[in-house]
Amino acid sequence: MIRASGHFIAFSLDTLRGLARRPFQVREFIQQAWFISSVSILPAALVAIPFGAVIALQLGSLVRQLGAQSFTGAASVLAVVREAGPIVTALIIAGAGGSAICADLGARKIREELDAMQVLGIDPIQRLVVPRVVAAMLVAVLLNGVVSVVGVSGGYLFNVVLQDGTPGAYLASFQALGQLPDLIVGEIKALLFGAAAALVASYKGMNAKGGPKGVGDAVNQSVVITFMLLFALNFVVTALYFQLVPQKGS
Amino acid sequence: MGVEVRVEGLTKSFGGHAVWSDVSLTLPSGEISVLLGPSGTGKSVFLKTLVGLLKPDRGSIWIADNDLPRLSERALYEVRKLFGVLFQDGALFGSMNLYDNVAFPLREHTRRPESEIKKIVFEKLEMVGLVGAEEKLPGEISGGMRKRAGLARALVLDPEIILFDEPDSGLDPVRTAYLNQLIIDLNQQTGATFLIVTHDINTARTVPDNIGLIYHGHLAMFGPREMLLSSTEPVVRQFLNAQRIGPIGMAEEKDADELQAEAASGVELPPLPPIPLQLRPSDGAPRRAEHAPGAWCRENGIAPPPGSFS
Ligand SMILES: Nc1ncnc2c1ncn2[C@@H]1O[C@H](COP(=O)(O)OP(=O)(O)OP(=O)(O)O)[C@@H](O)[C@H]1O
Ligand SMILES: [Mg+2]
Repeated sequence: MIRASGHFIAFSLDTLRGLARRPFQVREFIQQAWFISSVSILPAALVAIPFGAVIALQLGSLVRQLGAQSFTGAASVLAVVREAGPIVTALIIAGAGGSAICADLGARKIREELDAMQVLGIDPIQRLVVPRVVAAMLVAVLLNGVVSVVGVSGGYLFNVVLQDGTPGAYLASFQALGQLPDLIVGEIKALLFGAAAALVASYKGMNAKGGPKGVGDAVNQSVVITFMLLFALNFVVTALYFQLVPQKGS
Repeated sequence: MGVEVRVEGLTKSFGGHAVWSDVSLTLPSGEISVLLGPSGTGKSVFLKTLVGLLKPDRGSIWIADNDLPRLSERALYEVRKLFGVLFQDGALFGSMNLYDNVAFPLREHTRRPESEIKKIVFEKLEMVGLVGAEEKLPGEISGGMRKRAGLARALVLDPEIILFDEPDSGLDPVRTAYLNQLIIDLNQQTGATFLIVTHDINTARTVPDNIGLIYHGHLAMFGPREMLLSSTEPVVRQFLNAQRIGPIGMAEEKDADELQAEAASGVELPPLPPIPLQLRPSDGAPRRAEHAPGAWCRENGIAPPPGSFS
């Protein structure tokens, strides 16, 4: 376990070093960015709508009992933009993008393609992993934007149309509690999650062994590990955020 | 020109279990060597260790002044440019067609214009008889074709040291004969150093200058072709003549009971078959490292089996 973490950290540092090395693999990057977004945008949007609605629903009744209806908008924005957005993004990136990256690299590993590449004098980390990690980071940031917009709109529609909230109050309370750093920290989280998901997936894929079954195991482990890592990362970033950035209304 | 590879005291284990230990041999520059051994004795592991894909536990691999296991990652990538490797299953890039697979090393390492790349790629594809299949993906062709495509890719950068993992497995006898001729001709033209892992006894007897045999976790013997072909060492003799009688059993090593039963039943080993002539380049010229047939046997006072070298 500790040895494996050590290897993973060494692998991540190698990737960081590969990032600085020219030439950057532009084509591979574009292909991967395209691929990851094509498998993740639709599920992300589909998850974000009910997510926004559920949050609005939960908050709606709670807030009404407390007599603070006017804050529904603000609360749902905070919940979606700060927490749900990055988490949904992370789950989708890990589940859809990461598993595909892991399966792809794992299959290449057991077919000895990665060995062949090394023998041909090409470093698979620079050639394959770096573009994937950068692509996952970019798509995660974009995806987080999509999830936030869709989630907030979903909450808005739900609140205004079904719960008879007033559009004005929803929007006004936005201003009261929300602030720009909320969005920024959400994007920073997404960036980190994208990097972590792609690194874990690549690491697991490139170390797959034992035939096709080994690839299946690697994909499975990569998704589970990524989820755990992402929730831990999320906690750390959120804690730091509350420490470092002054909150409105407090 | 070829490069000498000197292996000293090499040991490799996986999880505490040694695959082979204390292997020492020299692949002479510009010569063809064949490595034999029962299935699972670690021949593929040996090739991968030679190119630095696997780190040995102990020992050195000297290529010019570089000790491969002790090179930095970056220096290793430089030394690897000397190598062309054909993996056991071809190891083609599954997402690229055959043309792109063969062109890949050229595109990565040279700044040649695409027209020149095309010329080189078609030359190599023609050499392995794959012209017309260049648009196919590796998943759409037979194992033998994948192997030949892997061969074309391994040769495209004109390597100095060429490692082949079973180039002839999965090939029909006619293609194997062509391939053996191709290996001899390549060696003649480029002077590269060859190491070929094979299970084909005919290949092992006629193609190489040197033969090595890995058995039971160590290098049983390595030396000039005539030395092994005239050897009466039980393991070498059994393997090079594809016999059932001898120390090698189905599970690599026969147990003592079986060996005793064999000895008790008084089975006689059949006489050594004659040593064939080495295969010549197709223009009939002598090989680079050719010695007169029977020279080694004469020098060492060993009578070759009757009918040899004719
Ligand atoms: N990456 C690895 N991890 C653990 N064990 C391995 C690894 N690669 C090979 N082995 C083990 O090393 C031994 C030798 O394998 P290798 O593939 O080199 O045999 P081989 O001599 O090439 O056999 P064949 O003639 O069938 O190709 C086998 O027992 C195999 O299980
Ligand atoms: Mg093998």
